[in-house]
Amino acid sequence: MSAPRLRLAARVPGPDGAPAEDGAAAPGPPPPPVPSFSSFSPFSSFSSCERLARTAERGLFDFLLLTGDRAHRDGPATGPGAGCRPEPLTVLGALAAVTDRLGLAAGVDPLHDEPYAPARRLASLDHLSGGRAACHLETAPDNAGHGVRVAEFLRTARELWDSWSPCGQQRSVVHRGRHFTVEGEFTVPRSPQGHPVVIQEDGRTEGRDLAARTADVLVVRQHSARAARGVAADITARLAAHGRAPGDLRVMPEVTVVLGDTAAEARERAGELDRLRVPPGHALRALGRIWGRDLSGYDPDGPLPGLDPDPGPPGPGRAPADERLRTAARWRALAADGGLSIRRTVARATAPPPLAGTPQDVAGRMDTLVREGVADGFVLVPHPAAGGLDDFVDRVVPLLQERGVFRTAYEGPTLRSHLGLAAPVWKG
Amino acid sequence: MPSAIRPLHLAVALDGPARFDAGHYAALAALAERGALDFVTLGDPLTRPGPDALSVLAHVAPLTRRIGLVPTVAVTHAEPYAVSAAVATLDWVSQGRAGWTVGTSASGAEARLFGRGPAPAGTVWREAGEIIDTVTRLWDGPAADAGPANAVPGTERPVGAGTGRHSGRPEPYGQPGPPGRPAVFRPPQRRPPVVVDLGGAGEPGRRVAARHADVVLIRAGTPEEAEQRRRVLLTEAAALGRDPAALRVLLSLSVDLGEGEPCPQPGLAPSRQRRVRAAHFSGGPVELAELIARWHRDGVVDGFHLAPLLPHRDLERIVNGTVALLQHRSLFRAFHPGGTLREHLGLTRSAGFRTAAAPAPAAAGRAR
Repeated sequence: MSAPRLRLAARVPGPDGAPAEDGAAAPGPPPPPVPSFSSFSPFSSFSSCERLARTAERGLFDFLLLTGDRAHRDGPATGPGAGCRPEPLTVLGALAAVTDRLGLAAGVDPLHDEPYAPARRLASLDHLSGGRAACHLETAPDNAGHGVRVAEFLRTARELWDSWSPCGQQRSVVHRGRHFTVEGEFTVPRSPQGHPVVIQEDGRTEGRDLAARTADVLVVRQHSARAARGVAADITARLAAHGRAPGDLRVMPEVTVVLGDTAAEARERAGELDRLRVPPGHALRALGRIWGRDLSGYDPDGPLPGLDPDPGPPGPGRAPADERLRTAARWRALAADGGLSIRRTVARATAPPPLAGTPQDVAGRMDTLVREGVADGFVLVPHPAAGGLDDFVDRVVPLLQERGVFRTAYEGPTLRSHLGLAAPVWKG
Repeated sequence: MPSAIRPLHLAVALDGPARFDAGHYAALAALAERGALDFVTLGDPLTRPGPDALSVLAHVAPLTRRIGLVPTVAVTHAEPYAVSAAVATLDWVSQGRAGWTVGTSASGAEARLFGRGPAPAGTVWREAGEIIDTVTRLWDGPAADAGPANAVPGTERPVGAGTGRHSGRPEPYGQPGPPGRPAVFRPPQRRPPVVVDLGGAGEPGRRVAARHADVVLIRAGTPEEAEQRRRVLLTEAAALGRDPAALRVLLSLSVDLGEGEPCPQPGLAPSRQRRVRAAHFSGGPVELAELIARWHRDGVVDGFHLAPLLPHRDLERIVNGTVALLQHRSLFRAFHPGGTLREHLGLTRSAGFRTAAAPAPAAAGRAR
């Protein structure tokens, strides 16, 4: 049997992703109502969140990823589940108490937060969880200014984490950078992992380059296997350019797995999933934002409007005109390519296609992608209509284990040990 | 006599020598829960070693069922949106058991961690009041029919930009979020109790407590002193239009139940207060129970916030000795009748709540 190489993670579905409860009611007494919060969300109560974490741990997943509101600030501003998520570091602090091995990845927002407080909370979480903390930089740095800030945020956090030596010697931190000034002492001694694992979302060129330079895990969204191969090759080249080995950065595509007893059943569920993910009103609003027009009169299950997008003046919260025009052209091509309705175009444009098939198919395709070196593992975004996480853990994980690509027990206690990442070198 | 009908409230501080293992705090909180105490507090020092208090108590939440969890949340160098999200989430993971002690800092050492300069205590407390106000407004939300135009003042952007903070903080970076009100995660209790610790706070702190606090921690060396402080506070609250019955005034008491045992780390007593004589108790659990019973009988305070010198040593003596005795004398409850911290404190939901229709202070000079 070859050494296990595939890594699995679960992302707690976001408000734009997955309405609907995950199966049966959560155990325990009914929680107090949270009126403003969609009852369809996995966040309807802490116990449903806890169930998801326990399932991920039962499936021997590397980590659970939880992002905050701000990652979704460009999503729907109204409607069920708009924003309104609990704060990730606090939730993961609680989940650390009810799990033993599962990695806990929290979204942090380098564009709006300053580094001291998140760095301190992450180091605290790493202590509380016995070395299972990770931070997910919520903003893919898409332009030069953002990239500089994100890089400095991360550098500052690492200076703070390094301000205690492994043997408990503390020294002051003096950081005076373009975006942040931090002077003083860090209150948390070096945590079990040295540094919490750093996860980055694949952005455009600069974001990917930053990840290749410093991140531990890169989450990518692959819209096709061909694109994924291109991305993998690009990342390998960038890693080499920064003097890092391919194994220093784990590349994990984000995917929703849709299981069926037959391939046809899985395809049908995948179509159902698109419809659930993109309610008619949401589709028209999403299209309207790109087109810069009110499109509420159109049939969401009909073709894209013949009208051209209105370049118009940039409004508040509206993307610049040239960016919207490019997006519109891309969506048109997507719709024409597959003969898609407005709703399915929005579904396809905003999320990669689901990985649909029988458990055997899915395990085989995952195995292939990992063996080809296209991916180091997968970040699953479970959806109840697609079988939820339980279905995957019960039906696919055993097949991956049989194939010898996935662990049958956690090898070590820390997230770094799950991911096979070396401990960071202390920079004294 | 009013004290006869006023229930006794007891809370305990988990502070002590810095510990980073989760089990330590969970065991202490479980012990306090066994004693049916109202809540535990955990300070959040930024100038000496210690973990993030809110994260620690979030970790404690699923391991306990009833005890209130009250971390200190530093507000001086934080954004209201971040404070509201973290406290609301603690309330959510604990199913309505969160409160928060408003953590202010006028120290230069803490300010420099955030690239800022020190500020006078008056300014720091005024800002703290503004932040409490903004946070509760975020939770209250605008009136149901309010659109973006009626968004809650001070909350148009998820980041607390332009609140006139004292030290020339750079404007928040990046694009503003979508117009209108930001998505706000609301706590199950709707308003987790606000705790204001008046140790060393002086008049600016008292003003904030009178206006915003649900629970006020005071220091006093004698019952007369305590009674006088409580009266001043309640009078001030009443003058601000609040129902004084909606405030719980607890006496902070540092406690050393070592009974002459040599203290391994002297100087840990949380007496940040220098100008006012702070009550410090040193003795046995039975004498502590007698002191509590006496002060409570005289009606000078609503309860006690005990800060044991060494929690891992003293808390067990407090729960199994002091509290057991108070329970035996029917001076303190033997179990938690309610599930939320507001219920433990006897704070009804309506008391002191601003209605959505109440006029809000104008957000003058805010850039849109």
